[in-house]
Amino acid sequence: MATREEITSGLAEILEEVAGVNPDDVAEGKSFTDDLDVDSLSMVEVVVAAEEKFGVKIPDNEVQNLKTVGDAVSYIEANH
Amino acid sequence: MTAGTRILAMGHYQPSRIVTNDDLAATIDTNDEWIKSRVGISERRVADSESVADMATFAAEKALAASGLTAADIDLVTVATCSSIDRCPNVATRVAARLGINAPAAYDLNTACSGFSYALGTADHAIRAGASRNALVIGAEKLSDVTDWTNRTTAVLFGDGAGAAIVTGVADGEQPGIGPVLWGSAPDKGDALRIEGWQPYIEQDGQTVFRWATTALAPFALETCEKAGIKPSELAAFVPHQANTRIIDGIVKRLGLGPEVVVAKDIVHSGNTSAASVPLALSKLIESGEVASGAPVLLFGFGGGLTYAGQVIRCP
Repeated sequence: MATREEITSGLAEILEEVAGVNPDDVAEGKSFTDDLDVDSLSMVEVVVAAEEKFGVKIPDNEVQNLKTVGDAVSYIEANH
Repeated sequence: MTAGTRILAMGHYQPSRIVTNDDLAATIDTNDEWIKSRVGISERRVADSESVADMATFAAEKALAASGLTAADIDLVTVATCSSIDRCPNVATRVAARLGINAPAAYDLNTACSGFSYALGTADHAIRAGASRNALVIGAEKLSDVTDWTNRTTAVLFGDGAGAAIVTGVADGEQPGIGPVLWGSAPDKGDALRIEGWQPYIEQDGQTVFRWATTALAPFALETCEKAGIKPSELAAFVPHQANTRIIDGIVKRLGLGPEVVVAKDIVHSGNTSAASVPLALSKLIESGEVASGAPVLLFGFGGGLTYAGQVIRCP
């Protein structure tokens, strides 16, 4: 069972790989689009990579609810 | 009856008017950098007076001239399109009338952006079944008619054009030049891309389509190669539907194609032309001499209805 910190750092690795985000900028309160400049298609790539990394299913209709890094961490924590 | 078919020749047509990203930025809230980074398009061609049937005819004339056949030899005309405004007569009979093809089987086929590979598959089947001898297979779209030019999420994506192939049977003992079609759809996600109603605009759930295209399609493209008995690394070229360079790059990565495989990126200068994109890009690759005659090329279309189809062909 991964901790919130471990999930956050896993997401930071994905964000760096997919969208070139500096891992130091990734924190639970950050918005994917407004703070980290992740566009809507990169967000899909992040979600697909997160599914593989954490063994979760993140359906299309759930993606729009994941506004911040913290939203994604909570979803992964609750569903993996 | 014949054991197999091949593409004899290709032809294409694009309207002369170029619309650049800067042109679009003059009227809607977008910019060149944003469009290039999201979808990889620099410019697109937009028809003024040309109809779908006009563009289809111009492309077909070139393919027919390059094939060495004449109109009298053609007994099947099929047009893949999802943007013809006129519902009857269909585009295929209009093209046949213009080219002087006298009594062909003639029908339009609509599977949106995957249409050319569907049409090529059905033409291959018709000839192998003995129902036809020589087919004219066209992908033609005038998406500018169904594009909302005030909507920045869709107006940047689409373009107009047409591509055409002449398909014929191979002689006894000769290797087929059109491999088995792999075709299918994901109807549960079919509403993710829509051109609905009487005066419609294209609408799409971009994230759903992007996710499907980047994750679901590579296995089908691999299966298409398997059906043709060829490894992806043996391909000379890959001509996928031209929807988005990020989708193309994603599929190429999952297929493990190396730099020696030519990957069509006609989208940069043509935008997404739906059913016209694969034959347009293939015709240009042939014209430029980038792919040798007889070389294996994977065609793979995908799009509206979340349909897909592909086959490995031998370059004419």
